[in-house]
Amino acid sequence: MSRSTVPLHRVAHGRTGDKGNRSNISVVAWHAELWPLLVEQVTEERVAEQFAHRRPSRVTRHLLPHLHAMNFVLDDVLDGGVNDALNLDSHGKALSFLLLDIPVDVPDALRRHLIGGDTDPAAS
Amino acid sequence: MVDSPLRIGCAAGFSGDRTDAAQPVVDALVASGGPAVLIFETLAERTLALAQLARRANPDAGYEPLLVDMLRPVLERCLAHRIRIVSNFGAANPAGAARRIAALAQELGMPIPRIAIVEGDDLSAEARRPLLRAALAESTAVEVGLESMVSANAYIGAEPIADALLAGADIVVTGRVADPSLAVGPALAHFGWARDDWNRLARATMAGHLLECGAQVSGGYYADPGYKDIPDLAHAGYPIAEIDADGHCTITKPPGTGGRIDQHTVKEQLLYEVHDPAAYLTPDVVADLREARVVEVAPDRVRLEGVCGRERPSSLKVNVFREQGWLAEGEISYAGARAESRARLAGEILRERLLHLGKLRIDLIGAGSVLGDDDGRWLAAQPRGEARDVRLRVAMIHAERLQAERLPREVTALYTCGPAGGGGVRTALKQRLSTLSCFVPRGDVPTRFAFLEPL
Repeated sequence: MSRSTVPLHRVAHGRTGDKGNRSNISVVAWHAELWPLLVEQVTEERVAEQFAHRRPSRVTRHLLPHLHAMNFVLDDVLDGGVNDALNLDSHGKALSFLLLDIPVDVPDALRRHLIGGDTDPAAS
Repeated sequence: MVDSPLRIGCAAGFSGDRTDAAQPVVDALVASGGPAVLIFETLAERTLALAQLARRANPDAGYEPLLVDMLRPVLERCLAHRIRIVSNFGAANPAGAARRIAALAQELGMPIPRIAIVEGDDLSAEARRPLLRAALAESTAVEVGLESMVSANAYIGAEPIADALLAGADIVVTGRVADPSLAVGPALAHFGWARDDWNRLARATMAGHLLECGAQVSGGYYADPGYKDIPDLAHAGYPIAEIDADGHCTITKPPGTGGRIDQHTVKEQLLYEVHDPAAYLTPDVVADLREARVVEVAPDRVRLEGVCGRERPSSLKVNVFREQGWLAEGEISYAGARAESRARLAGEILRERLLHLGKLRIDLIGAGSVLGDDDGRWLAAQPRGEARDVRLRVAMIHAERLQAERLPREVTALYTCGPAGGGGVRTALKQRLSTLSCFVPRGDVPTRFAFLEPL
């Protein structure tokens, strides 16, 4: 079966939350049939790599199969958190969009469930 | 036990939220005709520390600055229809907030409501220092000085809220309570659940969790054009949870408002600020979301099922804020040909001028400013681009105010000493509040409520 690579934000959506120096980022599949792709490809290792410059001390993935969602917890990625970081976005609210840039390999049969990407003629 | 559902509407998700949100929510609660409560959640982590500073400057201040703007449009209608109001807008001065609400009722020419004040969360008194020192020593493993402490508050739970409502309060004003407890308290009082009915408490907790950020469950903070389109966010409807006697809830919003509630908006908010979904810790219960399901039952109506609970933790979380040093920031814009290189050069000049003062964060707004790290690893790894509209932003923290003031001066001096065409300098110098978290035994934080004495 032929496959193609798309950014994660076409497969799933998510939101960042923060508590202290810890960030959590949800990743919610747009469709139940896309969920296995997330489990297989959006791993703790892959996410740690995406956030390498933030030096996470630990990345934990929690699976919520009934919600077709997962929750990533990234420890020590906020340069101290909302009161200590020098970042304009000291909560790290934008970080979900860094995670959602991870490329995902999608079989053609599932492309009809992707969202966005209207300029791509192969998209439904 | 009471069987009729309880409707809880939420009209604010943080201090500074829209103040015209409450009216449509109250209209919908009135139209439903059943028992209903209105909550406002206005205390983010650092809001309380800022409120303590405000109270230091003025003993009558220290509660939500928008209190009157939030309540004035709906206070009379809520009281007339027995819609009770529960909020943490008391912040660092719940009694002050209660007095202000009573005064507002007088201004409006309405009967003075029975206002309950929840107490016990504030641990900043001198007498509580040994408790804090012991708890901080355990959580931080280093000696922590409390001389510069601004605030110390425990996250307390729903019980004093429920007790106040059962005693006949029309309005319950709290300081720091766990956000979902604003909904759990009314549910406890309404349904008469046992206080160790962990499953029902966990379900009401997650209903409160879905409500606590206001429009974040009804399309706010969700929209992404072409990917996640949401209608009429300019008039987003704030959420209402219909809670049944088993604690399950259906989330909806007032008719005719903007925004949307569907399975995706609810899932994003359900996991917001959750860490381990098997153990969402609150002072009331440990909620377990692993079997949670969301079901779209009608347009803008989503039901949450499958949440269960376990016994609440034996300790309470405490946030301690201290005044520590100064945050200095400065910005200057470059536009047109080679704008990015000129902004980068300005950053290098500032780094050299300020090197001896410590770490300087450099951002190139328009080319890279948010996803990077304070040490500049991310920015250094980006290829130099050709951005034609870039705002340089620099920031540093210094213990001494006089030293921190060097940064705004150096940024301003770029007007004459920096690269060509720099404009629009803005600088800021703010005292910095640093946070520490620790845990104290529940028994060391007695909570209670008291009714405001008549004016």
